[in-house]
Amino acid sequence: MATELPRTDVVVIGLGAVGGVAVLPLVNAGLNVIGLEAGGWMTTRDFAPDEVRNNLRDWPQAVPKAKNEIPTSRANINFEAVQGGGHPMMNGVGGTSLHYWAQSWRLNPWDFKTVSETTRRYGAHRIPEDSTVEDWPISYADLEPWYDRVEYALGVSGNAGNINGTRQPNGNPFEGPRSRAYPMPGLRSSGFTDMMSEAARQLGWQPFQGPAAINSEVYGDRPGCFYHGFCDRGGCHVAAKSSTAVTTIPEALKSGLLKVVTHARVLKIVNDADGRATGVEYLSGNQVIFQPADAVLLASHTYENTRLLLLSKSREFANGLANNRGQVGQHYLSHHQGAPVIALFPRNLNNWYGLPAQGVAIDEWADDNFDHSDLDFIGGGNLWVHTDRKPISAAKMSTFDLVPNWGAKWKAFISENADRTNGSYIQKTTLPYRGNYLDLDPFVKDRLGFPVIRITGEHRQNELRIAAFTQDRMEEWYRAAGAAQIVRTALGGPMGASTHAYGGTRMGDNPETNVTDRFGFAHEVKNLGVLGASVMGTSGARNPTLTAQALAWRTAQHLVDNWDTITR
Amino acid sequence: MNNKNKTHEKGDGNTEQASLSRRNLLKGVGLTGAALMTAGSASVMAQTPAIPARIRVTEALETLTAAESAALDAMCSRILPSDDGTPGAHEARAVHYIDRGLTSAMAASREQYAVGLAALDTYAMQVGGKEFCLLTADQQDSIIDAMTRNAIPEFPMLGTAFFNTVRTHTIDGTFSDPYYGGNRDFVGWDLIGYPGVRAVSSPGEISQGRALAPSRQSAYDMPPYTKDPVGPASAQTGGASHGH
Repeated sequence: MATELPRTDVVVIGLGAVGGVAVLPLVNAGLNVIGLEAGGWMTTRDFAPDEVRNNLRDWPQAVPKAKNEIPTSRANINFEAVQGGGHPMMNGVGGTSLHYWAQSWRLNPWDFKTVSETTRRYGAHRIPEDSTVEDWPISYADLEPWYDRVEYALGVSGNAGNINGTRQPNGNPFEGPRSRAYPMPGLRSSGFTDMMSEAARQLGWQPFQGPAAINSEVYGDRPGCFYHGFCDRGGCHVAAKSSTAVTTIPEALKSGLLKVVTHARVLKIVNDADGRATGVEYLSGNQVIFQPADAVLLASHTYENTRLLLLSKSREFANGLANNRGQVGQHYLSHHQGAPVIALFPRNLNNWYGLPAQGVAIDEWADDNFDHSDLDFIGGGNLWVHTDRKPISAAKMSTFDLVPNWGAKWKAFISENADRTNGSYIQKTTLPYRGNYLDLDPFVKDRLGFPVIRITGEHRQNELRIAAFTQDRMEEWYRAAGAAQIVRTALGGPMGASTHAYGGTRMGDNPETNVTDRFGFAHEVKNLGVLGASVMGTSGARNPTLTAQALAWRTAQHLVDNWDTITR
Repeated sequence: MNNKNKTHEKGDGNTEQASLSRRNLLKGVGLTGAALMTAGSASVMAQTPAIPARIRVTEALETLTAAESAALDAMCSRILPSDDGTPGAHEARAVHYIDRGLTSAMAASREQYAVGLAALDTYAMQVGGKEFCLLTADQQDSIIDAMTRNAIPEFPMLGTAFFNTVRTHTIDGTFSDPYYGGNRDFVGWDLIGYPGVRAVSSPGEISQGRALAPSRQSAYDMPPYTKDPVGPASAQTGGASHGH
């Protein structure tokens, strides 16, 4: 029998990248908020420059729950789903924003209106036949004020490309209009990124340092980046990375209205006979606790958002909360961010330090920034090269088929070339399709006996064609910079568990095809809001976190502004 | 073949490291810093009587048997050899890293090592009449080569699967932070020109690349990350000397 605690205004499930943002507008409005977090607090003392712990062993101190809930995956229903790889989620106050690359992009306007824009420019027949893609219910302009708020509340560095319609020299020429500049200039360049920028300009492209939730200079009481080289899957040892654990959550705590409950493992969201959420049941130690609330914000990762809804069964929702139309888990996609091109240069690149967010972007071949009339796909990819090299991953470099992968010749090869290689990061438009979805695995369970999420999904022709096209562009870029050898990797295939996971609780006006409405509240459960990339219906060609955070702030503010109609 | 590194360890590099280490102690880093120094400082400690015996570095076999360890060390030594006169996986003590890892984070691979190493010795006896570690380097190479082509029919698993596991862990152990038991004396980082962990990197330092003076420290030599409590040295005697 659960122990029932006193009622609160809002309970937020998960204090990561999105829950950690949403708490701030809630307490600013005077609401009492309880934040349930599966992990604990971490400090800069936990963030040693340790490649083994961060990159090989997947943060053993911060994934007691996530590691037991790694999704299973399969390409399609003809295969058995298997569990494997690292955990895509994180347990800890700040969540994945503790260790992410912190690339903090706004989506381009096209990503919100893929269907209508493609139809207008090329005809409706260009939307892949098996795709379930819809226009977002909101536009870039609708989200702009929320992007702006998050960029300033967290601290995002970057160079604007477009302020109120006026093109800016050092930023992304294809970005949507911004109301003002970033709060900080972009991170500094390096010898390597300067070299790549120069090569891009020779090709007639417009390179720019991408935006990052990492301080490029002192911001508030936090310092600028130290560029020490352990940012990839690493927490920041000087708190220059603008995770919610060092920004919006401490800010919200100052109000005295936010209570952070750590090591709280949420079991289900409870509803009443009217189909409204009444609170959250969670496990603390070995005790089951019920936290009643007037509104619930589900703010875990895409996989756990979907899983918790599917596990929250009741008389009113026999197939899981907010799932009477069978849409929970649908329209799922893992971002196609693989299929890189790898280059070998004839000289050292001096890339041992720096960070993944210290890089150069090319947006010419992303979204609809180029003419697709004579192409056989829609969308595209953002090309990204960056600094950052660590010794174990360096020694595991590609041999470019020049030497065997062991023995004396290999030793001499890595000794000479460890600092001469670079791998690109190409994020590609990924669409939702019929047959790609999340559900509960019928066989694999976590340690409490609850099923884990099962991913059924594979990249389709549109994604593979983008991959081939952008690999050509990437090779061109590397060659222009003087690369001597190039390796291309496979174009794509099954969708495994990914940190860039979208859908499952898609946002849209039509309740027959979407779980949440245009403000992120469930069509079937009016006082249940869903935060995170699980509400996004398209990926765009860039990292999702800033968009998910802007949406989270917007959803929380909508709750504040419509408190009576949502909670009564 | 595995003995030639001994001369290397007694080379000039060690003297330099000794004085560096002593300087660290004098700088007031104190026992906390000293206790967390890596294997290379063992000899320094022996010459510094004031330091408690706990600093002495040992290498226990935590899960591997002596025979498994010998076979694995020989295999690691062919994957990343030292017969060009520069240190390789043996000198880095990759096998020590693996042994420790197999008791904890890499425990899922323990059975694969048991089966694979036993099969390696069995096959070595068949084709060479001796355990794998006692064969010549050429004989060892041809066995590994056969393994990577899945050309040992008697092998109880895919040869490539076992090879890839050992290769991956050999790299991990050779190039890891020395805290984890490998990369002894930073030989791995020197091999690929990695100038070492540091808390901050300026543009000037980065531009020097492999010419930048190596930092010669483990992450856990850096005060914020040490697990020793900060306090008087007298409170800290008698701790375990885990084989760093």
